[in-house]
Amino acid sequence: MVADEQYVFKASSKKNLTILFVAGLVLFVIGVFMAMNAGDGHGGGHASAEVTKTLVASTEPAAVAEGGGEEHHGSPLWLKRVYTSLWHNNIFFTGLGIIGLFFVAIQYAAQAGWSAPIKRVPLAIGHWIPIAGVLTLVIWLVANGDLFHWTHHDLYDKTSVDTYDKILDAKSSYFFWLSEPGGFPTFYILRMVVFFSVWYWFFTVIKKKMLAEDIEGGTSNWYGARKWAAIFLVFFGYSSSVAAWDWVMSIDPHWFSTMFGWYVFASWWVAGLAMITLVVAHLKYEGYLKMVNANHLHDLGKFVFAFSIFWTYIWFSQFMLIYYANIPEETVYFLQRIKNAPYSWIFYTNLILNFVLPFLLLMTRDAKRHMSMLKVVCPIVILGHWLDFYNMITPGVMQYNGSLGLLEIGLALIFLAGFLYVSLNALSKVPLVAKNHPMMAESLNHHI
Amino acid sequence: MSNTNEKFLVGIFDDEDILLHGVEGIREKGVKIHEVYTPFPVHGLDEVLGYKRSRLPIAAFLFGMTGTILALTMQIWMLGFDWPMIIGGKNFVSLPPFIPVTFELTVLLSALGMVGTFFIVSDMKPYKTPRQFDLRSTDDKHVMAVDLASNQLSKEEISRILKENGASEVNEKNF
Repeated sequence: MVADEQYVFKASSKKNLTILFVAGLVLFVIGVFMAMNAGDGHGGGHASAEVTKTLVASTEPAAVAEGGGEEHHGSPLWLKRVYTSLWHNNIFFTGLGIIGLFFVAIQYAAQAGWSAPIKRVPLAIGHWIPIAGVLTLVIWLVANGDLFHWTHHDLYDKTSVDTYDKILDAKSSYFFWLSEPGGFPTFYILRMVVFFSVWYWFFTVIKKKMLAEDIEGGTSNWYGARKWAAIFLVFFGYSSSVAAWDWVMSIDPHWFSTMFGWYVFASWWVAGLAMITLVVAHLKYEGYLKMVNANHLHDLGKFVFAFSIFWTYIWFSQFMLIYYANIPEETVYFLQRIKNAPYSWIFYTNLILNFVLPFLLLMTRDAKRHMSMLKVVCPIVILGHWLDFYNMITPGVMQYNGSLGLLEIGLALIFLAGFLYVSLNALSKVPLVAKNHPMMAESLNHHI
Repeated sequence: MSNTNEKFLVGIFDDEDILLHGVEGIREKGVKIHEVYTPFPVHGLDEVLGYKRSRLPIAAFLFGMTGTILALTMQIWMLGFDWPMIIGGKNFVSLPPFIPVTFELTVLLSALGMVGTFFIVSDMKPYKTPRQFDLRSTDDKHVMAVDLASNQLSKEEISRILKENGASEVNEKNF
């Protein structure tokens, strides 16, 4: 019924990715040197910093210790910037990887037929999960003192009047359960390890079922994959939320938002959808995926369009409640992001790239059915959510010294090259289109 | 209305596959089909009948934009100029709290506008008695209406073409 297709990871593609990697590395190294030499050049930043700091201080005594204490015994500014950018890129690409598995799981749980010929693409993207797990753990172990204010042990020391933080001490069991507050955060690390291990375990189980189907045929593998996909979705619903608190929200440990788990998930999900769509469109452009026609692209386009709006809905729900309630310890999060460059322009760019542009460009039916438009919108959405994560992570660590320059762009390119290399390499190892998928005929006749 | 005296030939089809092939064959012979009524949506019928895509989405967009503009001007005028009120210590004209109302009015106007447009385009006015070419189109038959005035071919010829292309019976219907 379906012509066998095998993706070949050509030497030219590998070369392009290597060029991307080297370009990223060069930019990164230049960026690091620039950052090292620009040590004292932020006099202007301090003035505005003082204003906001006073604001924070008036509402929250503990924040003074945070702002003042950290600068003394933290790493130099440039190294902090490297750590922040590493963590930012790592969390963003972790999301893209896990969304690969999430997309496959959704297709099984919803018993979707249309996606049968493209499911190998999100599956290939899911191969980033184990790498992301190792990177997250390593970066955390190296950089936790600089990234996460709550790791500092003197915050939990009741005898030290200057540094003791009542708020964080009350929250300490969330990080330090099973160990002393201020010591090694056993509970936190346990969650990190468990989440990645379980995600990866589900990934291997579902992948095994999908590949076994190619050889054995029948429907038992499909039913098996559906069962594990459904269980995974339940686990992912909780773990993605907790992961968002752990890895992103705990950077600003005094602040919290009940929308945050959804917010991070929405950002991951729509960026992942854009990445899947982009890879499918690119494969189609290279002459692969002959079964995929405008109807399948239409569905992917609808996903990107719809979840761009979903993300905006979550963004707005979080923003408006905080804006309207005007409780100082909540508004400080947005004040920091609206009043200081570069966060301020990213804050507004974020909305234009992730809402206005996808909303208007993908609104018509024709736009969703044509690869040329998808190839314009998907990179916009991916860049937009990369900036979204920048603004979630950087202000909490870098405070008033944040910047977006060659260093961040270089690291993003390095991560992108690595991510695409792993994904395309995995894609070339298995048949590009499932051979005995029970819903392939439905997908062939898919028509909307 | 009865005084227009429009004459139609009505072909009855038992099965949607026969109908789809029939429509193709009948249009090839040069017969202009007035409309086809089916008891359930028949996939692909629009294409074989040669219908263009509906422009309803454009209407929806325009109605939606009207709603957005209406909502924003209304709120800015009311709360900013006509009767300024301090709410929650915010500026008189502050965008975030206006967004939910703007969203709702956009959706409302676009939905109502689409329904209204659909009624007008489909000629569904109040007190208008809808034309029933054959009541069985609400049960299990597909009903094809051919307007004799808009066709060059004779009544007998069209009747023959309909039967050749799968119509189980062909009736005459005048309004």
